[in-house]
Parts: sequence; structure tokens; C-alpha cells
Amino acid sequence: MTETSAKASIADRVAEATPPTVARRVRSLSDRAIAWLFISPTIALLLAINIFPLFWTIYLSFTSYKANRPNAPIVWLGTTHYENILSDPDIWHSMQVTAHFVFWTVAIETVLGFALAYLIDRRFRGHAFWTTVILIPMMLSPAVVGNFWKFIYQPQIGLFNYAITFFTGGDPAAFQMLGEVSLAPWAIVLVDVWMWTPYVMLICLAGLRSIPDYIYEAAEVDRASRWRQFWSITVPMALPFIMLAVLFRGIENFKMFDMVNLLTGGGPGSTTETASITLKREAFESWKTGYSSALAIILFVAVFGLANIYVKALNRVKQR
Amino acid sequence: MSATSDQAHSVVAPSGASKTIAGALVIVYALVTIIPLVWIVMTSFKTPPDSIAYPPKLIFTPSIEGYCNLFTTRTRQTPEYIAALPPAETECDRVVRSRNMVIAGPSNVIPRFINSIVIAFGSTFLAVFLGTITAYGFSRFKVPLADDLLFFILSTRFMPPIAVAIPIYLMYRTIGLSDTQLGMILLYTAVNVSLAVWLLKGFIDEIPREYEEAALIDGYSRLHAFVKVVLPQAATGIAATAIFCLIFAWNEYAFAVLLTSGTAQTMPPFIPFIIGEGGQDWPAVAAGTTLFLIPIFVFTVLLRKHLLRGITFGAVRK
Repeated sequence: MTETSAKASIADRVAEATPPTVARRVRSLSDRAIAWLFISPTIALLLAINIFPLFWTIYLSFTSYKANRPNAPIVWLGTTHYENILSDPDIWHSMQVTAHFVFWTVAIETVLGFALAYLIDRRFRGHAFWTTVILIPMMLSPAVVGNFWKFIYQPQIGLFNYAITFFTGGDPAAFQMLGEVSLAPWAIVLVDVWMWTPYVMLICLAGLRSIPDYIYEAAEVDRASRWRQFWSITVPMALPFIMLAVLFRGIENFKMFDMVNLLTGGGPGSTTETASITLKREAFESWKTGYSSALAIILFVAVFGLANIYVKALNRVKQR
Repeated sequence: MSATSDQAHSVVAPSGASKTIAGALVIVYALVTIIPLVWIVMTSFKTPPDSIAYPPKLIFTPSIEGYCNLFTTRTRQTPEYIAALPPAETECDRVVRSRNMVIAGPSNVIPRFINSIVIAFGSTFLAVFLGTITAYGFSRFKVPLADDLLFFILSTRFMPPIAVAIPIYLMYRTIGLSDTQLGMILLYTAVNVSLAVWLLKGFIDEIPREYEEAALIDGYSRLHAFVKVVLPQAATGIAATAIFCLIFAWNEYAFAVLLTSGTAQTMPPFIPFIIGEGGQDWPAVAAGTTLFLIPIFVFTVLLRKHLLRGITFGAVRK
């Protein structure tokens, strides 16, 4: 035994002294080559389709370029567009519309989604089937479904007005969800809540299921009330998940375009004109390419900045 | 959870009554939430007058007029002209003639559907292919600045689509990709690849490295081990990722409406513009919507188990 181990150690020493074999060197070289070969196409595609256009947008935002007049001379304007946008009451109005939309959709979806997840977590008979049914709206195309909600919201003939007046007994032609300044912002909130509550529900459900049973058992032994258990165990332990759902919904709804564009197109007037709709109007209807590029950059920085601050807060909650 | 562990934890298991109440509330929510979808399908089988009747008709004689109108263009003719025609061959002919019209030809819906299919499958294939190899690269090799690169890949999702569309519009116009299937495929690939990399990295991280190392010791090359060992192990993850990419590309509207106008137009920007005489032809819109949504129903059921992972970019894995 000792003889063999001595032999082995000699062999090891010899191996250490000699440089790695050619075969091994080729293999380790090819590992690095494969790594780059595998990663670079994706990076190249993103550079071409996302990053190059981003820099182009930044450049255009300082110029007078108009996409419908490609041959006009391009004038360098410096930060004029940025100054104009930040002092434009219309832009601030559309920011307010966006904030209203984001706040109310995220708030309602979080409460409703969490409540649903809490109920589904009771694991009643058939909960898996009903969960799948609830999930369907969020998988559908917001544009195609948003378009159909326009039909459901029709005054007089629409299902929505009919259902409301069926229960309240008013005149179905008396109100227009999409045509009235006071109702239209809530009409888009309602469709978004309908579509995206399942999303929050699904993430909250994962959070609730991640809480181990023994914590509740310990609370039960300590005679903590159900109410106490809910606020001291369930909510804090599911909080990172809830916050993650809020982050994703917040970003998505800040960018919201398709559903709102088809439902109201920003109207009536500009009551539902979210930032994305303003951007589309300036860029593809007024063709103020330079101006809208500056607006795009401002929106991008806003989303990115807010998301970063939020993620820091999220990580703090997770570490607790 | 198995039956025995249920019993073991009976002290915290929900009681029978609370289960019943929870179940009832969830079912009520599910039924209310499904009404708009049922309404779409019902409307697709109504005649145009039935679809705009008040009060909304819950019981009606089903008609295929919506589907006929979706697939055809029609011209109005005099009753004498229609009476002189040979007998109607198809049900659609008969329905259309009863409205004093004749079928003039096929509508644009089939080319738009084909565009949707080509662009969705093309971009999904590319995104999943690139995503798989890139995810493998990040998962198995020491890549310098790996975290920064991964974050860079994710950060491209923070851009509002309209903001991306402005320069893409100019770029495609310059290089001749405007309103082409290839242009849309490349664009959707770029959007989907970030999702694909993040999801697939999670799936590949879960495959034990020992499998590949065993294959490498057996004399397989890296590439060979990747194809023969890793890919089969990651098959479920790749399939789930593919379905997510497919759903995104299928549903996408903002880029499609801004960057395509005809040849490469997909269904989402097309459906709202299905119009009949005197305004929107709602049964035809509903018919187009129904056909458009059916694949998504199928995919949602197939994806149930991976939904959570997909919608959170792999952040929540259950």
C-alpha cells in the first residue's frame, strides 16, 4: 500500500513539473472560444437592434430632424428639446395621466391579486382548474382584447352598460365609459385590472406557498390569532414576492401603449393620453422625430431610474 | 402535498368551511373574468343586427356570417342581379346573398394570419437558438463581466416599445427592411432573446455539471457534450421558453402597428380595422379575435407549470 501511494506521489510530482499536455491546452482554449462563440451573437444582435438605435435616439434628441423630411438639413439644437419638454404642461399632463393609471392599476391588482392568491392557497377542491381559468386573460394580446372591450363598453348596445344598468336600474345610454372625461381613465384601469390581476395573483401564490407550515404551527402553539398570524407571518414573508409583482407591473404599465391606444387612443381630449401615446403622436403623427427622441430618452431614464431605486428597496426587504 | 403530511399539519390546514367560502369566491371571480371572452365567442356567431341588439342577446340563432365576412370581401348588387345568379354553392354564398351582396374575393385575413405565423415562429426559433447557446455560455464558463452582460441583456427590456420604434423605423427605412417579415423577425428576436437567455440560464443552471463532465472524460468534445447531454436535459425548459417567445411575438402590437403597413402586417394591427358597411363589423371582428386567441388558449394550458417562471424572467422558480 505505502509503495503504491509513494509511486502515485512521484507521478503527481512529475505531472506537476511537466507543462499541461497539448490536448488539455486545446480543450481549455476551445472552452473559451466556445464561450465567446455562444455569447457574442446575442450581444451583437442586441447591439444592432437595441443599443445602436438607443445612441441614434440620443443623437437625434439634440437635433431638429424630422423623419418625414429626411433631406432637410439637420440643425444641432443642443438641449432645447429637453428644456421644452420639461416645461411643457401637456407633457406634465400626460405624466399625470400615466401616474394615475400606474398607481391605480398596480394598487388594485396587488390587493385583488393577493386576495385571490390567499383564497386559492386554501387549496379547495378543483383549485388547479380554476386557477388556470383565471390566468387566461393575461396571456391574450392586449391589443386584440382591448379592441374588443371597446365593443363591450359601447353605450346602449354594450354588455358593460347593460350589466351596470341591470343592477342599478338606470338608462344604459346615460353614460359612456370611453367617451366621458370622468369615466375614461377608469375604463382603461378596469381593463388592465381584468387582464393583469392574474399576473400578480400567480406571483403572490408562489410567495404564500414558500412560507413553511412550521411557522404557522409555532404561531398556533403560541396562540396567536388568525388576524395576528396574517399580519405578522403571511404578509411579511410574502412581501418580497408582492414587491416583485409590483415592480414588473409598474414597469409594464408605465410603458403601456397597445391596450390604451385601441380603447381610447388617448381620448376623450387627452384624458387618457399616457406617456407612450404622447410619444407615438409626436413621433409618428407630428413627425417631430428630434423632439420625440428627447421624450423617449426622458421616459427611458425615468423607468430605469425608478426601477433601480425600487430594486434596492426590494433587496433590503429580502435581506431582512 | 401528500395525504399523510396533510394530516400531520392538520393544526394549520384550512378548515372545511373556509375552503368552501374560498372556493366559492374564486369561482365567482373566475366566472366574471371569463365573461368578456365568452362574449367574444358568442358575438362571432351572431348576425350583425343581432350583435348590436338591445338588450344584448344571450339566446340567438347561431350564424356563420361573421366568419364569412372575415374571410371575404363583398360587393352590393341589385336583387335582380342576385336572382339571376346560379344557385348558391356554399353556406357563405347563401348568407351573403341574403344581404343583397355577392362575394367579390378573399379578404386580407389569410395573408395577415400567415404573416403572424411566419414572424412568430421565425423569431421564436432564432431567439430560442441564440438564447440557448448564450445561456449555456453564461452558465458553464467563466465569462468576464458576466453579471454586467446579463444585466445589459435584461436592461433592453426597460425601453418603451415606442422609443425603440423611432430609430428602428429610420434604420429599417435606410436598409430596406421596412414592412418586411425579416425586419419584424429580427426585431422580435432582439426583444425575446433577453427573456430566453434569462429563463434558459435558470433551466441550464439546474442541470448537474457532472453529466457533462462524465461525457468530457469519455472523450466527447465540449460541443458534442452540449448537444448530446445538455440539450436533451434542457428540453422542457427550451419548450417552455419557446412558448413564451411565441406568445409574445403572436400578441405584439406596438411595433407591428408602427413598422408594418401591408406586406408584413400581423393580425393584432389588422383585426381592429375589419370594417363592414357603416362601421365596425363586430361579428367579423369577433370571429377574427376568436381564431386569433385559440392558439393562446392551447399554449396557456400547456404552459401552466412554467407560467410563473416565464412571467418573472426566471426570478421566481417555485
